Amino acid sequence: MLARGLRDEGFEVVYTGLRQTPEMIVTAALQEDVDAVGLSILSGAHMTLVPRVCSLLRERGMDDVLVTAGGIIPDEDVPALKEAGVAAVFGPGTTIATVADFLRANVRPRD
Amino acid sequence: MAERRFPAGGSGGDGGGATGPAEVAATEAATTKLAGALCDAALAGDRRSLSRLLTAVENRTSLAETALRRLYPLAGRAQLIGITGPPGAGKSTLVAALIAELRRVGRPVAVVAVDPSSPITGGAVLGDRVRMQAYAADDGVFIRSMASRGHSGGLSSATTAAAAVFDAAGFDVVLIETVGTGQSEVEVAATADTTVVVEAPEMGDEIQAIKAGLLEVADIIVVNKGDRPGAHRTASQLQAMLAGTPREGRPGRPTPKHPEVLVTTAATGQGVAELLAAIDRHRSVARDADGDSARLKRAEAQVWAVLVDRLHERVRSLEGAQDPRAVGADAASEKPTAAGELLRAVASHDVDPYAAADAILARLIHGGSTP
Repeated sequence: MLARGLRDEGFEVVYTGLRQTPEMIVTAALQEDVDAVGLSILSGAHMTLVPRVCSLLRERGMDDVLVTAGGIIPDEDVPALKEAGVAAVFGPGTTIATVADFLRANVRPRD
Repeated sequence: MAERRFPAGGSGGDGGGATGPAEVAATEAATTKLAGALCDAALAGDRRSLSRLLTAVENRTSLAETALRRLYPLAGRAQLIGITGPPGAGKSTLVAALIAELRRVGRPVAVVAVDPSSPITGGAVLGDRVRMQAYAADDGVFIRSMASRGHSGGLSSATTAAAAVFDAAGFDVVLIETVGTGQSEVEVAATADTTVVVEAPEMGDEIQAIKAGLLEVADIIVVNKGDRPGAHRTASQLQAMLAGTPREGRPGRPTPKHPEVLVTTAATGQGVAELLAAIDRHRSVARDADGDSARLKRAEAQVWAVLVDRLHERVRSLEGAQDPRAVGADAASEKPTAAGELLRAVASHDVDPYAAADAILARLIHGGSTP
C-alpha cells in the first residue's frame, strides 16, 4: 500500500479511508495542515472529483498544497487534470520511490 | 486516499547557523509577526491558522513558543479527556461515538490522535481519522493526527501544548487518543483531566491488565464491544480485581485510583452517554478531592520539556567552545573545560559521567550565558 511505502520513506501519512467526498478530503487536509494530498481513484469519477478537490483547496486558502492523483486514469485525461491543478498523475506500476522523490522535490517549503 | 506530511526533520529550523545578527533579528521579528497574525486569525475562528499553529507546536519551532506565550493565558477552560488502551480495543470508534454525543449536546470538540512513528525511518501512518470522517462539515469538530516522533517525554508536552491551542480557540472538550503501549503514550493520556482506559472483552486476562500498567492510570475503565460475549464477565473481573485496591495510599505514594468500570458498544453508541456522564462526574470529584492534580501534572510536563530543551541548547552552545582557541583560553584562565572536551574525557573513562554533568552544570550556573 502506498501509505505504508511512504511511511517507510520517512513521511507522515494521514490515511482517511476509502470513498471520501471532496469536502471530507479538503477538511482533513486543512485540519492536518498537510504538504500534499494524494488522491487514489479507481471508480472512473476522477474528472469530477479531482478538479473539485483542487477548487475546494483553493477556496479554503490552500492553493500551496500539492495535489497528486493515482489509480486508473487514462492518458488522455491527464492534461485536463493538470489544468485543474494536479501536479502529477501516477499510473499503475509507479514505484514508491518515484512518488517519494516527486513529493520531496515539489512540496512548498515550510515557514 | 492519503495525505502526507513531512517529518520533523527539515521543517523545524528557523534562521540558519551562519546568519549575521541583523538577519537573526529580522527573522525573529518576522516570526513574532507571523505568530501574532496566526493567533489573531485562529482566535477569530480561522481553521487554517489554527492548523498551522498546531504544526508549529508539533515541530516545536520558535513560532510555537511565541504563539503559546500569547495563547496560554487564554486557555485553561477546556476539559481534557485521555483515551488509551491496547490496539484493537476500539479507541477510535469510541472517540467517534464521544464526538457524536458531545455534538448532540452542542459542545465543540477537538481530537488529538497520536499514532506511533517508525523508529527506523521516522515515518508514520496516521489512521485514526478513518472512523471520524463523518464530521467534515461540522465546524464544531476538529481532528488532528500527531505522530509520536520518538520524543521521549516530549510527547506529552506536545499534546498538552496542542490542547492549550485548542482550548484558547474555544474548544470545550479536547480528546487525546493514544495507543496504550509504551510509557510515553500512557503518560500522555495520564496528563488529561480524566483518563479513560479502553479494553475489549477477553482481550487480556487480569494478569495482562496489571502488567501493562495501564489500569493504574485509569480514572474510568471501559469494556468496549459490549455486544460481544464475555463483555460483562470481563467488566466484573476487572471490578473484582479493583476491589482489592486499598483506600489510602502508602505514605509518600499517590492515593490509589478507584476507577468506575463501564461497558460500551461504541459502534452503536450504546453506553456512550453514560460514559460521558461518568467522565464529567470524575472531573468534578477530582477537582474537589485533590486540588486538580491533573493540571499540576500537565504543568510539570510542559515546564520540564521547556527546561530540558533550554538546557540542551545551552549545553550545545558550550560545545561550541570546542574551538581550540576557546579551549586554550579556558585552560589559561583555569575555567571549567568545555562540554565537548568533557565528553571526550568521559568516553576515555578519565572522567566519570557524574563529575562531567556537575562540571557542566557549574559552568552553566557560574559561567554566564555566553560560552
